[in-house]
Amino acid sequence: MHDSIRIFSVFALLSVLAIGGGTAVLPEMKHLTIDTYHWLDDDQFRDIYGLGQLAPGPNLLMVVVIGYHVAGSAGALLAFVGFFLPASVIALTASRVWNRFAGSPWRLSVQRALGPISIGLMIAGIVSVARTAISGVPTALLAVAVFAVLSLFRRLNPAWMILAAGLVGAAAFR
Amino acid sequence: MGTDPGEQAGSPSVQGDRVPLARLFGVFLMIGATSFGGGVVAYLRSSLVTRQRWLDDEEFLTALEISQALPGLNATNMSIIVGDRLRGVIGAAVAFAGMTLPGASLVFALGVLYAANRHDPTVNAALIGVGAAAVGLLVSVTLQLGRKQLGHALDIAIVVVVVALISVFHVSLVVVLVTVTPVAIYLYRPRALVPAPAVPSGLDKKPAD
Repeated sequence: MHDSIRIFSVFALLSVLAIGGGTAVLPEMKHLTIDTYHWLDDDQFRDIYGLGQLAPGPNLLMVVVIGYHVAGSAGALLAFVGFFLPASVIALTASRVWNRFAGSPWRLSVQRALGPISIGLMIAGIVSVARTAISGVPTALLAVAVFAVLSLFRRLNPAWMILAAGLVGAAAFR
Repeated sequence: MGTDPGEQAGSPSVQGDRVPLARLFGVFLMIGATSFGGGVVAYLRSSLVTRQRWLDDEEFLTALEISQALPGLNATNMSIIVGDRLRGVIGAAVAFAGMTLPGASLVFALGVLYAANRHDPTVNAALIGVGAAAVGLLVSVTLQLGRKQLGHALDIAIVVVVVALISVFHVSLVVVLVTVTPVAIYLYRPRALVPAPAVPSGLDKKPAD
């Protein structure tokens, strides 16, 4: 299959599987982009995920960079359209249908069921990021430090911690 | 959409007069440009509910529940649902564009820079630091969400099963979703519904309209 069709279909598939948010599809995204299609290696995936943290808005906008890496600007556009068009059309139609079930007890059942599933998927997503991002004691300590600071200072904008960690990394991990 | 969102007298939400598309775009552009670190929901709430008063708290929670239950990113789903609610399909497209434009262009620019400097040791070292910080941030966000949503032993059991299937046994996400979701819905079927956890963010209340 041609790369551009493949980029589109991989990200379209990932987007419709993203139940409870983008972190949920990170394990599958890693698997498809690294093991199945060999577009990236582990370190590149970690780097590109990091780039997503540096930009505002949803972190998973970094799919654009994966697309760019595979097929230049056209690849970036295809990854974006693939990742957002199908899921957005679903959101538009399903939210209108969903509103019709306003009083249905099954609607509550679905929501209650999806709660723990999405938390489970988020944890699996963290495990997947951690497997490439935590490579030894120094990176583990940095992750723990960021977690500790964010738990102590609830009102702190996490962006500052991301930037600080980038500076610490540039100074210490060279 | 058929129903008018604000029906009571003095309701802060839009009545009759429609939100201009340019304003809808501008508001979502601001959210898209300023929401760093994955906490988009907090930015959405303060902008849409507190400042613009396009939705009240309950309408906001209903929209949020829907975006979480549907596939796709919560932030973009919210932009589509709220945009659709205020101005129909065009509103959804405009809000989505505003939400994603700043981040997508910036991350694209970063990606181009990265491609040119991929082998620079300082760039690599900085991104190693960012990656480690992302793990700390994700844990903190997930813990906060989990504390709110997981109130019952059954919830915890489902979480454990999902994590084990994906992280330990490497079962594909499609398979996990088509097997675990029906079982979980069955376990939470209306007649067997266990009491909701303390703060299910208005799940038990009837949605606004």
